[in-house]
Amino acid sequence: MKVVVCVKQIPDPALPGELDPSTNYLKRDDKLILDESDSYGVEMALQLVEAAGGGEVSLVSMAPKGEVSGLRTALAMGAEDAVLVSDDALAGSDALGTAKVLAAAISRMSPDLVLAGTESSDGYTGTVPEMIAGVLDIPSITFAKQIQVEGNTVRVQRQTEAGYDDVECSTPALVSVTAGVVEPRYPSFKGIMAAKKKPVEELDLAALGIDSGVVGKNGARQETVRITDAEERQAGEVIEDEGDAHEKIVEFLGELKVV
Amino acid sequence: MSIETILVFAEGDESGPSSLTLELVTAARSLAANVETFVAGDGTAMADQLGAHGASKVFNTGSLDGKLIGVHAAAALQTHIEANTPDAVFFGQTADGRDTAARLAVRIDQPVVTNNVGASIEDGNLVVEEPVFGGTQNVFTAFRNDGPALALFRPKSFEAEANGGGAAEVVGVDIVDPGTAGSAEVTGRHAEERSGPQLDDAEVVVSGGRGLGQPEAYTMIDELAGLLGAASGASRAIVDAGWVPYSKQVGQTGKVVKPNVYVACGISGATQHLVGMKGSKNIIAINKDPEAPIFGVADLGIVGDVHKVIPALIEALKSR
Ligand SMILES: Cc1cc2nc3c(=O)[nH]c(=O)nc-3n(C[C@H](O)[C@H](O)[C@H](O)COP(=O)(O)OP(=O)(O)OC[C@H]3O[C@@H](n4cnc5c(N)ncnc54)[C@H](O)[C@@H]3O)c2cc1C
Ligand SMILES: Nc1ncnc2c1ncn2[C@@H]1O[C@H](COP(=O)(O)O)[C@@H](O)[C@H]1O
Repeated sequence: MKVVVCVKQIPDPALPGELDPSTNYLKRDDKLILDESDSYGVEMALQLVEAAGGGEVSLVSMAPKGEVSGLRTALAMGAEDAVLVSDDALAGSDALGTAKVLAAAISRMSPDLVLAGTESSDGYTGTVPEMIAGVLDIPSITFAKQIQVEGNTVRVQRQTEAGYDDVECSTPALVSVTAGVVEPRYPSFKGIMAAKKKPVEELDLAALGIDSGVVGKNGARQETVRITDAEERQAGEVIEDEGDAHEKIVEFLGELKVV
Repeated sequence: MSIETILVFAEGDESGPSSLTLELVTAARSLAANVETFVAGDGTAMADQLGAHGASKVFNTGSLDGKLIGVHAAAALQTHIEANTPDAVFFGQTADGRDTAARLAVRIDQPVVTNNVGASIEDGNLVVEEPVFGGTQNVFTAFRNDGPALALFRPKSFEAEANGGGAAEVVGVDIVDPGTAGSAEVTGRHAEERSGPQLDDAEVVVSGGRGLGQPEAYTMIDELAGLLGAASGASRAIVDAGWVPYSKQVGQTGKVVKPNVYVACGISGATQHLVGMKGSKNIIAINKDPEAPIFGVADLGIVGDVHKVIPALIEALKSR
């Protein structure tokens, strides 16, 4: 079984985010890291291949300036190899442009199963995976909590408002996984050393046969017309509990006529 | 270009359209002269309420026979859009809304803008508003494409308001076969028991986070909620950990709540949590870390241990 996992490399969420005033894109100056949202897909893929008794987990990522730091983390977890798409013309790509690029890269890899995160931590459009499936014209199941593959059938527990649905489809298929469904493994020292030697193929738009006009800023066909500061919510009173803070809460609830 | 017709992707069940759908129809009504709706399924039971909120028509596919909706809805929508050329299509940011918008975007090769909380018309173009960085800034995006503007909106971004219209006209549309891409099928449904006030419309919400320390401690949250007639909610940290079901999650990937009072217990206040509850009228936070970001939005902040403050609060409320 061949599984391809989409992994996004993002600015460290622990650092404050900022928009570049000249382009209005999210600043991506520092080293990028593996999006935690995608560590679940990587773990899920490794477990599926283990359960199938063999196969291969490959990664695909689109990121600026040949960035591979996040890919190395996922390779250290146990993925075999990776494809990175990097091209200056991709700056300003929206979800659809990103999906066109990733789908083109994935179709060269002929996977049985494509995994992605439900939403990325920095972009959170939640639409890229379903768009990839659209471009590839394959079935897809979003919001997966659990995945089983049996022959040519993928069975998924799909998270819903009320609980979950059992959903199944045939392979090749794309499944997007929700966070927290598996415990992503920590890369071992051996894994980290091995990852340094694992192959990462770097492709540009020409190699994928994609016209630069359909991606990037022009392909996005939308324009940021302005950015405003939101009204700040005023912080109120903060008190230290000295054993009587509950009285203060009751009093406040009383003023609000809740009690 | 001007905006004459907005098509709203309507969701709901036998009891009628979802509140999110009615919010979108209401918003669309203030932007366009004509508002129509599209239901991937049977829309008959929704016609009264959709009409009362300003929709003229309900286009519906009829039953999709347990298929996962997105691909099928998008295929039927494509045919419909090509024949009727609406200027914009509004979707709620739900699982089916996202799936459908994404598949449709690919089929008609038009961009989708997600996570919106507002919309306006500027120079004849649709402009949508998306909060970023935990709602500290708003980005306004204008569509510059040559097809319908596809936009997804978060729940509770607009207020639903009827304007007294009669039932919308129900019009059947053809189901279009999307081939193997549409093969995903629902074979079973599992629903949890629901009791007490629901997060969506509760006047008071009491939420717990990782600061509760262990799953058993969530019973305190339920007990406090019970005493206040409140719904109980949670941060993603404890949903991911399996302490409580996803239906309780408040935030970017969970529910958006705007109650009169929101009580956050042992929740740090990550940006993704804040976007789901910052619109509450009053916020009370209990956290042992005086630096926790949740205090930045709280009207009353208690620096203290949830294991001391909440039991004392429960006792005080019981003895009243
Ligand atoms: C794409 C994406 C989407 C996300 N969507 C959501 C979402 O929808 N909803 C959501 O909530 N999160 C979401 N998150 C996760 C979010 O970033 C945080 O990780 C999460 O909200 C943290 O939950 P928490 O506050 O319970 O835990 P923590 O951040 O670990 O905070 C626990 C808090 O409890 C306090 N504490 C500890 N012990 C005590 C005690 N005894 N008494 C009082 N206080 C105590 C600590 O000081 C701390 O502030 C999302 C993240 C991503 C990347
Ligand atoms: N640039 C990218 N490279 C690789 N995968 C991506 C990229 N952007 C999005 N994805 C995948 O799509 C998922 C959802 O992203 P988004 O639509 O941005 O919320 C992510 O969790 C990834 O699996």
